[in-house]
Amino acid sequence: MSARRPYIRSMDGWWRRDPFFIRYMIREATALLVVAYAAVLLLGAIRLAQGESAYERWLAALRSPWSLAFHLVLFAGLVYHTWSWFQIVPKTMPSISVGGKKLQPAVITGTGLVAAAFVSLVLLLLLLFIGS
Amino acid sequence: MKRSNAPIFWTLFGAGGMLSALIGPMLVLITGIAVPLGFLLPADLMSYPHMLKFAQHWAGKAFTFAVVSLFLWHGVHRIFHSLHDLGLKTATGAKLTCYGVALLGTALAAYSLLVIGF
Repeated sequence: MSARRPYIRSMDGWWRRDPFFIRYMIREATALLVVAYAAVLLLGAIRLAQGESAYERWLAALRSPWSLAFHLVLFAGLVYHTWSWFQIVPKTMPSISVGGKKLQPAVITGTGLVAAAFVSLVLLLLLLFIGS
Repeated sequence: MKRSNAPIFWTLFGAGGMLSALIGPMLVLITGIAVPLGFLLPADLMSYPHMLKFAQHWAGKAFTFAVVSLFLWHGVHRIFHSLHDLGLKTATGAKLTCYGVALLGTALAAYSLLVIGF
């Protein structure tokens, strides 16, 4: 047996080699923020079930500067998630044809982003209406 | 041939991704910034009586459950696959941990919402 050692290129840090891969990893990293936000809300639901004093403590924690700063990060991350999500939707869904022509990816992305803006605005207006 | 369980996780991932893409940023803005600061929205919007009433309503329950559980299933699925991208070879432990977190969160959300009552 010969001691042949074939060269195998290391895959360490593969995603730092190309801006496309870096964007890919940032997009995947938004999942951490989505989970973190779900955890914040889940904790709120648990505290709500535990009673008023427990819930008040959760609410007070949300008012702390740390929480506000954290939610700014969450907000930025989720905006990027929305943006990147609708970029990949055309790549993951089966192609749709309208009038014999394939629906262009940019149209699907644009429709998704408009839908997100619309639903968000409706949600905010609904709460402004309830709050007033 | 044994049926793959991948479509279930992929559907939950897709549903959570879509829901969080549509309302995620606005929800963070509302619950994490606007209401705590009393900016744009009244600070008592998320007061104990208000949120109790919200969570006791079937629609409030359904909304809360959907947001918490689907966001979790979306996130853990993506994290699990990113661990593979980062070079994690054996996946069984990671898979159990990731999906286990989502399952636990889903169960806790369901339990809390039931305890809150109707």
